[in-house]
Amino acid sequence: MSSILNNNWNNPRQREIKTAMANGAYASLKKVFNMQPVEVTEEVKKSGLRGRGGAGFLTGMKWGFIPKNSKKTVYLINNFDESEPGTFKDRAIVEKDPHRMLEGMIIAAYAIGARTAYIYIRGEYYRQWEILEKAIAEACREGFLGKNILRSGFDLDIYQHRGAGAYICGEETALLSSLEGGRGYPRIKPPFPAIEGAWRCPTIVNNVETLSNLPFIMNNGAAAYRKFGTEKSPGTKLISASGHVNKPGVYEVEMGLPVRTFVEEHLGGVWKGRKLKGVVPGGSSFQVLTAEETSKCCLDFESCAGCGTSLGSGGFYVMDETTCMVKMLQYTAKFYEHESCGQCTPCREGTGWVSQIVRRIEEGHGRQRDLDLLIDVSKNMVNGRTICVFADALALPVISYVTKFRAEFEEHIKLGRCSLQNG
Amino acid sequence: MNFTFTPENKKKFDEYVKRYPQKRAALLPALWLAQEQNGWISGEVMEYLAGLLEVTPAFVYETVTFYTMYNKKPIGKHHIQVCNSVCCWLRGSEQTVDYLKRKLGVNVGESTADGRFHLSTVECLGSCGSAPMMQIDNDYFENLDEEKIDQILNELNTE
Repeated sequence: MSSILNNNWNNPRQREIKTAMANGAYASLKKVFNMQPVEVTEEVKKSGLRGRGGAGFLTGMKWGFIPKNSKKTVYLINNFDESEPGTFKDRAIVEKDPHRMLEGMIIAAYAIGARTAYIYIRGEYYRQWEILEKAIAEACREGFLGKNILRSGFDLDIYQHRGAGAYICGEETALLSSLEGGRGYPRIKPPFPAIEGAWRCPTIVNNVETLSNLPFIMNNGAAAYRKFGTEKSPGTKLISASGHVNKPGVYEVEMGLPVRTFVEEHLGGVWKGRKLKGVVPGGSSFQVLTAEETSKCCLDFESCAGCGTSLGSGGFYVMDETTCMVKMLQYTAKFYEHESCGQCTPCREGTGWVSQIVRRIEEGHGRQRDLDLLIDVSKNMVNGRTICVFADALALPVISYVTKFRAEFEEHIKLGRCSLQNG
Repeated sequence: MNFTFTPENKKKFDEYVKRYPQKRAALLPALWLAQEQNGWISGEVMEYLAGLLEVTPAFVYETVTFYTMYNKKPIGKHHIQVCNSVCCWLRGSEQTVDYLKRKLGVNVGESTADGRFHLSTVECLGSCGSAPMMQIDNDYFENLDEEKIDQILNELNTE
């Protein structure tokens, strides 16, 4: 057995609360309400659960930053803005088992003392918004939301807040700006949201998958959770796989699974019998791995970091041997140019410059010195020159593509075109 | 032409306002509601919402223009948004866009002469595992090929 999250995904009625309850949904709440909130946080700390939205920060520790005995209202926000190229796993949770996520939200809200929680859902996920509206209404009818839940004295309301097409709103402080009705502009940290978040009140922002792990942890205990995965990356991870593979889709794997095993055994190998050229394991914001590098890389936070990339949000995509890496980078850069919020100069200008230079190379007008220029511009976008890490999220991939596939870029410039099939 | 919410939408709007500790937070849901009713966000819509939420029209304008999904001008009846981001490109989204352009006789960013369709390309829609794909209005259509696109558009044309 290697699953915590997807046990009931094959049941088409799992979205309905009666079926979900028959399969154990909301069962953890009795136990949770008999504990002190701080004990719930302790249990989550012991489990070693790390955020599944991309940064991998320890969830229990994050909760612990909420000031004690504050008179201010505390808010919980479920980040369902999923928009990173390659990432489509939170959508799977909501479509297949929404009550597990709502149960997780109730647990988190209880632990941090929030009486109001919001789900920030990306605007394009309209059908998923409908699924959640229905699930929330069902949970209210069954008494799992609203006043005095299960006679515990604990109240909780959950509302959905729809975004409107801006990737940056998945960054937690930009999300707060958007929740408050404004442009999705990130804010300078500190203060961190746990101290001063939504409406300047203590706020915890957790990802859909992170929250969905909580029912298992509370039902079975931290030790049972730690039986999955590795010492520092416990549990399982949803990996959304796409690109040139035979069986793309969302897979739940134990942390620590070798990348090669995942490609060969879960994804049915590279499509059309071709060879592997590269893999981005954690979403477009992180470095590409060459085929050779993938043979030493495993799907957990430490191993990916050791290989110079990141497990990120688990947005895993595969490139076969015919893929033009110049075009790959052009498409990556286009995304960041389009999505930069425009607040900070290095990012607003840098993403545009990088995008233009790569486009120039792709179209056959590149100059050999453009490659050093790309790296130079990228190095001026990283390491704290901007309010958030969006600029780094383009700069790091740029440096990786240009460095690791430099010969291919040079050839593209020399020939003025691509010599590969997929160019 | 002045814009006001229908009585039914005004009720929904009042409900949204209650969800937040501060009125202006209801701006995004209010804009969604207005777009549903009006098809796009006109200057009149912005002024009307500014009045309801006690913010300046400039504040509303700032917000509207930040987000891609609020239409700043009227568009065709059905909005076709083809994902043309990294992972969809790996699975052939460029051909999908070309085919739709030829079939509809429009460029990206244009509406058909009869006003039935508007074609856009967009960044990642979170459907990378079923690429190439497009969103038409509120629905995703995935694993597209030419035959499938023909079928989908025919159904919309005969409705």
